[in-house]
Amino acid sequence: MSTVHELRTSPEIGGVGHSVLRKEDDRFIRGAGSYIDDLTLPGMLHMAILRSPVAHARIGSIDSSAATALDGVLAVVTGEALAAHGLAWMPTLSGDTQAVLATDKVRFQGQEVAAVIAADPYTAADAVKLIEVEYEDLEAITTPQQSLSTDTLIRDDKEGQTDNTAYTWEAGDQDAADAAFAAAARVVSLDTHYPRSHPAPLETCGVVADVNSITGQATIYMTSQAPHAIRTVFALVAGLPEEKIRIVTRDIGGGFGNKVPVYPGYVVATAASLLIGKPVKWIESRTENLISTGFARDFHMHAELAIDGENRITAMRADILSDQGAFYSDAQPSKFRAGLFHICTGSYDFPAAHVTAKGAYTNKAPGGVAYRCSFRVTEASYLIERLVDNAAHEVGMDPADFRSLNFIGADQFPYLSPTGFVYDSGDYHGAMDMAKELIDYDGWRARQAEQNSDPGADKLIGIGIASFTEVVGAGNSREFDILGLKMFDSAELRVHPTGKAILKLGVQTQGQGHETTFAQIVAEELGIPYSDIKVQYGDTDNTPYGLGTYASRSTPVGGAATAVVSRKLRAKARKLAAHLLEAAEEDLEWEPGKFTVRGTDQSVTIQDAAFAAYTNHPEGMEAGLEGVTYYDPPNMTYPFGTYIVVVEVDTGDGTWKVLDMAAVDDCGVRINPMIVEGQITGGLTEGFAKANMQWITFDDDGNCIGSNFMDYLVPTAWETPRYKLGETVTPSPHHPIGAKGVGESATVGSPAAFTNAVVDALRSRGVTNIDMPVLPHRVWGALNGVDVSP
Amino acid sequence: MQINVTINGTGETRDVESRRLLVDFIRTDLGMTGTHIGCDTTSCGACTVLLDGKPVKSCTVLAVQADGHEVTTVEGLGQNGELHPIQGAFKEHHGLQCGFCTPGMMLVGASLLENNPSPTDEEVRWAISGNLCRCTGYMNIVAAIQAAGGDGS
Repeated sequence: MSTVHELRTSPEIGGVGHSVLRKEDDRFIRGAGSYIDDLTLPGMLHMAILRSPVAHARIGSIDSSAATALDGVLAVVTGEALAAHGLAWMPTLSGDTQAVLATDKVRFQGQEVAAVIAADPYTAADAVKLIEVEYEDLEAITTPQQSLSTDTLIRDDKEGQTDNTAYTWEAGDQDAADAAFAAAARVVSLDTHYPRSHPAPLETCGVVADVNSITGQATIYMTSQAPHAIRTVFALVAGLPEEKIRIVTRDIGGGFGNKVPVYPGYVVATAASLLIGKPVKWIESRTENLISTGFARDFHMHAELAIDGENRITAMRADILSDQGAFYSDAQPSKFRAGLFHICTGSYDFPAAHVTAKGAYTNKAPGGVAYRCSFRVTEASYLIERLVDNAAHEVGMDPADFRSLNFIGADQFPYLSPTGFVYDSGDYHGAMDMAKELIDYDGWRARQAEQNSDPGADKLIGIGIASFTEVVGAGNSREFDILGLKMFDSAELRVHPTGKAILKLGVQTQGQGHETTFAQIVAEELGIPYSDIKVQYGDTDNTPYGLGTYASRSTPVGGAATAVVSRKLRAKARKLAAHLLEAAEEDLEWEPGKFTVRGTDQSVTIQDAAFAAYTNHPEGMEAGLEGVTYYDPPNMTYPFGTYIVVVEVDTGDGTWKVLDMAAVDDCGVRINPMIVEGQITGGLTEGFAKANMQWITFDDDGNCIGSNFMDYLVPTAWETPRYKLGETVTPSPHHPIGAKGVGESATVGSPAAFTNAVVDALRSRGVTNIDMPVLPHRVWGALNGVDVSP
Repeated sequence: MQINVTINGTGETRDVESRRLLVDFIRTDLGMTGTHIGCDTTSCGACTVLLDGKPVKSCTVLAVQADGHEVTTVEGLGQNGELHPIQGAFKEHHGLQCGFCTPGMMLVGASLLENNPSPTDEEVRWAISGNLCRCTGYMNIVAAIQAAGGDGS
């Protein structure tokens, strides 16, 4: 049940629950951040990439003589040149392969074909335009349906690949689901497409590769959400000894999943530095970013709910077809080919479910990255929340009441879902009740009934709900890995003689505020002021191994590691305190920052104990106060919440605007409420973006429509709604400080709420579905019975 | 060609190619990397600087167009070692996360406040509508700019 976190530290200590201001902001507000493009090394060269103008073609000749002859150009790298070093192809994080530079065919528009290394970026860009490539066009396959019905083989490079299937996968119990459907009083179905989108962090991807030809040391500065895993992949790809590879991730200007995969540009720049012996910088342009790296979603979904005579859901069936693009290059755990999509039973209690999924190769950029999402949870959440809304209307119940009737009860946790997840904790009714109150749900329903009942109304009100459950914080390592690397994470903590500390993390920040939040966890556990704790990450030579930050795993895994290592140090500090106080350990009482001999006023601070660790430690004890923890979570965490959106739809032109929105989130214990709320308002905006405007389409030739911010719309402050936030606190029972993850909740949960709201406005006109983005012409088409697709 | 640009109060004379973008002049030639590049197409505003006090997107201004003019970047927002009120307000109101849009947002906000010290929510949103933020959802940015105006808190 919902609880309130009790503050155990003062604001000066700044432990869990304090909205302390962010330590990292001091450099950012001065323009003193150090992003990848801010780095200049002596003798550094610049790389630009020639990309395919067509979606599918066999490559004939490549003539780079004019480019090579240009003053300032040092080299033109082609796939053929890389192939001579065994580097023309690389493994992807999903266990597929991907072309670094194309040798045989190009398989999507924007694919990397050649790279120019030049003295400055202007010259490199000039030279790219001088390279002549002959292409022999092939059939462009732009939908997964087309992909699975054509004889044209996209991945003819792969031995044993006889069709365009990238993967197949299933979960749940088909017999049980079928039996429940056979007995159902009613079946409700939905076909919907979660469109292709792009995370588009404001900073694009980039790398500065510095390979020292004498020592063999490769220092690779790059925009990576997972630097340690990338180091290992580089060792495997390039055959470099891993101890000579150092990945350094500096400040990152947003990631959102875009900066998880290994991109060809990183590899080519590294190879070029190795061959030329000078540092090589590659910074992606926005167009390169939008057409080639980090696509997300593109899920074609069919699903059904079986409902009994008492309006209870009894089973779910879902069948998914994902458009993977030319290479299956998103990062999915090896056991879960469609990610965690099987969380699609959501917040509801029913016994049977069966999920089938298939991925298809197409001539589009490789897609499927978890855009602010834990491995396909976003698609799953959207599907169930759209379907439940339709079901409520089908059975004639208010969508809030239908959800509440079918929610998993607070007393049912831990809850085993029909697809095999063990939900750790939840109070779904609590979040729903708070959201309804926050937005005055009944008041809006009354106003809607009045306004929408007028058949001539030119403005219709719609109310949309989404009661999402996420599964975040991979692993456990029994089930979760990336390319065989188990999904634990790590923290190393060292308290200096003066009581200040340094915390080194295996996870990474892309703007989430780790330097503050993780210092607060140490502050909570040791009572050292958060301002005295330096947090380091993103340098594989100087931090313990970890799998990085995505899938909301920093706090659930790295945060847990931080709490556990802090407790290890506290146990040693207790011994030191006992030594200083000449008391028995068991006679000491701990409060954050201080050990006191029970029943006396004799005490020793954590700083005193730290000093003693270096100056006066007892005989037989090792000096120092430091430790490392590799934390393997026993389970995932399951954040949840209810979002309610009120929209007004203009029936004349199909535009819609948000009149009000309430978002109640439960992410367990909140370490820094200010930062948590910032994650939520940011996430809600990305959810709004996907429902309202944000998609990338392709024409029948595979040309990407949406290669810049004028064609690929992302919301400005002007369109972005204002949000009312609420919170309930249901701690995770297995996390050391009860925290779950929160970075992705709002992006996962909110798209269905916005879409449901628009559809709800149009229910009285017979509309049951509009696919995202819910563009005005689609709304108008639905209202007027006109097919206006896409 | 040779240009003279006053940047954050200091005169700088350089030879530049006529095609050189102002943002590259600032970032590469002058080594001031607080001005960021997010899109190259005047869409995102990460490269916003003040040209004679007015916000411009420096990825779409040629360096030669700044010849004889004054440019203010984020490095010049504070004066005499003191932060500009908008810098403190962005921190105080959690108006930034990854920090990449922040210099441009602060410069636009500061420019708005010069003319309108107490802008409404809508006025702030309109003023910053040429600047994209992918992290915050804008609410805290608006709050920060409003807080920096008026009483200057």
